[in-house]
Amino acid sequence: MSEQAPIERQEYNITVYTENQIGLLNRIAMIFSRRKMNIESLNTSPSEIEGIHRFNIVVHETEEVVSKIARQIEKQVEVLKVYYNTNEDVIWQEMALYKVPTDIVAEKAKVERLLRENGARVVVIRKDYTVFETTGHREETDNLIKILQPFGLIEFVRSARIAIIKDSDGFNRKLREFERAEPGHEVMENEFLNSREKVFSM
Amino acid sequence: MLTQEKQAPALPETDTMLSGSQALLHGFVVEGVDTIFGYPGGAIMPIYDALYDFEGDLKHILVRHEQGGIHAGQGYARSSGKVGVVFATSGPGATNLVTGLADALIDSTPLVCITGQVFAHLLGTDAFQEADVIGITTPVTKWNYQVTDATEIPEVLAKAFHIARSGRPGPVLIDITKNAQLQKFAFKGYTPCDHIRSYRPKPIVRKEYIRQAAELINKAKKPFVLWGQGVMLGSAEQEFRAFLEKTGIPAAWTIMGAGALPTDHPQNVGMLGMHGNYGPNVMTNECDVLIAIGMRFDDRVTGRLDKYAKQAQVIHLDIDPAEIDKNVKTTVPVWGDCKETLPLLTQMVETKQHTEWLAKFREFEQKEIDAVIREELFPTSDEMTMGEVIQQLNELTKGDAIIVTDVGQHQMVACRYAKLNQTRSNITSGGLGTMGFALPAAIGAKFGAPDRTVVAVIGDGGVQMTIQELGTIMQSGIDVKILILNNQFLGMVRQWQELFHERRYSFVDITSPDYVTVAKGYGIPGRSINQRENLVEALQKMLTNPGSFLLEVMVTKENNVFPMVPQGCSVSEIRLK
Repeated sequence: MSEQAPIERQEYNITVYTENQIGLLNRIAMIFSRRKMNIESLNTSPSEIEGIHRFNIVVHETEEVVSKIARQIEKQVEVLKVYYNTNEDVIWQEMALYKVPTDIVAEKAKVERLLRENGARVVVIRKDYTVFETTGHREETDNLIKILQPFGLIEFVRSARIAIIKDSDGFNRKLREFERAEPGHEVMENEFLNSREKVFSM
Repeated sequence: MLTQEKQAPALPETDTMLSGSQALLHGFVVEGVDTIFGYPGGAIMPIYDALYDFEGDLKHILVRHEQGGIHAGQGYARSSGKVGVVFATSGPGATNLVTGLADALIDSTPLVCITGQVFAHLLGTDAFQEADVIGITTPVTKWNYQVTDATEIPEVLAKAFHIARSGRPGPVLIDITKNAQLQKFAFKGYTPCDHIRSYRPKPIVRKEYIRQAAELINKAKKPFVLWGQGVMLGSAEQEFRAFLEKTGIPAAWTIMGAGALPTDHPQNVGMLGMHGNYGPNVMTNECDVLIAIGMRFDDRVTGRLDKYAKQAQVIHLDIDPAEIDKNVKTTVPVWGDCKETLPLLTQMVETKQHTEWLAKFREFEQKEIDAVIREELFPTSDEMTMGEVIQQLNELTKGDAIIVTDVGQHQMVACRYAKLNQTRSNITSGGLGTMGFALPAAIGAKFGAPDRTVVAVIGDGGVQMTIQELGTIMQSGIDVKILILNNQFLGMVRQWQELFHERRYSFVDITSPDYVTVAKGYGIPGRSINQRENLVEALQKMLTNPGSFLLEVMVTKENNVFPMVPQGCSVSEIRLK
């Protein structure tokens, strides 16, 4: 019998390739809400293929739960494929915007240095406020909030996470297989089943 | 009533101008639909108007409530193996379908439901009878889609049928705005769908897992088969039987699987789960290889999961990848349609007999007979039991009837004791446990299998939930035998209150109308009995009456269904009393 999956919860990045279909976001979101699971971050965007959408969903869960969720998502008619990866398996970024009073920024040289240290860029400068932008991991964008708080941070917003899977070779080849009435073995495989081969014992 | 036999219009040539409604109905004809259960209303009127011309091909059954319509569609699908079709209007018509959709989804029943919707320009304006039907039905459908443009209809309908009936079947809903129903367009014909690139109904069969499964089975000393509805959904009854008879493995069923193997087959050892048979539950925790076929390890089957079959190697055959390892960890997953996987497995397994192992099941059966079954089927008390009614029914039907059950004690008793000779003979709300299911589902079942006797076995609680469908029976003239087992209680809840809530009988005492009078009002003959001496003759009358008949049998008030695996207990802790 296979070993129990580790029970530690950690961040998982779920990547979902889908058709562009009204209502599908709801259908996918309900898979989480039905199980009282919180979605930490959700982004939908085009993918490398025209007409195919890509969801990036981040959850803090155990692998066992995530693998079951992934299969429930993949079961949806308009979902082409689901992958889930730990943070180590992906390159990921989040973007954040910070609005601070211009007079404070202009007066205090310290602020400028801090912004530079944190890789922030200026997006807009107005007489009354300035908007900075950073892109990076959660800790990085969070860190700048703490730094800017004493300088009168007016507004803060962070985007959903986007992630690229390190060892994915994209979806083009797979999609061509899906379009055939009788897809080949290689593509019909399921990540789950393949990984089982390694743990399978009799 | 129309006296003239109407001929449905032939499939129009390409580029004929058709309304969305006409295109929809032509699609149904091509898909082989013969019966529709529905209820008209404002937002679906164009479809009903077009239906008027299709009477020759599409029989429409006017139900009395949309919930009745969808349960009838389910009964039809379950008895015939075809896709059930249901019509409802927008707003309340559509929301009344929700229970049936949830029921059909959890019990994998293929349905195509069409709901009318307000005009597209009124969407989101809180228009009269507008409800967000796509939003409401998303979690209870396999797929749903809103059509606002008639030109989409042929393709969407074809997709709907493909999705509903392929892979693991399920309910599909198409919400069509009124403008799309009315809109005329150049019809390009109707092509059934057999491929959607994002949808893979069947996983590819992996031979290496079949081989591993066969090795496990060949080495097993105490193998045990559990089967579910998947065997019937895959029309794999013959393949299943061939596998069983070659391997000699004892087999037990979930209530959704009942009837896929005849009740009196020597390897059929009975029912699994909370109110299943003693042997199958105990032996689940003693077998060395557990072979689950087309079943999903529902909590009512497994009891406490962390004490479920821990000693066993588990082989799970299922068409739905999401079911593998969902509840019970599998040693060998055999993904695929069991119609394909079972013959492959049968080829590789050795011919065997597990005589001693099978005999152990029979020993447990004897204990159960002594402790429970004999008194239930042949009671020594004065009052009648539910079990003896089912026993007498078996004698008269010889096991050839379709038994449709509602939910509760009578359901457990009927499923435990009904003799089923053939497949698609047990229709019940297994996963959702929907009270009110049986009467409308029986109507649908009869339309789906007109040559078979259909007996709806219903409790006094459930029958009052959808009793209005007597009107559907009256108007359609369909022949359904209605057998009410009246214990004057919501019996299953009462049983739990007795066992687990110190007999605090909170709101389970339910009164009934005079069912015979009610039936009479609907033109259905009926009878009520409370004496054992009248039972056989009354059942005979019910079964032989030309047309529907309602028989109420007053049974003992406070009987409990045993054996029972109490909630939170392991299957091996099953109680005989």
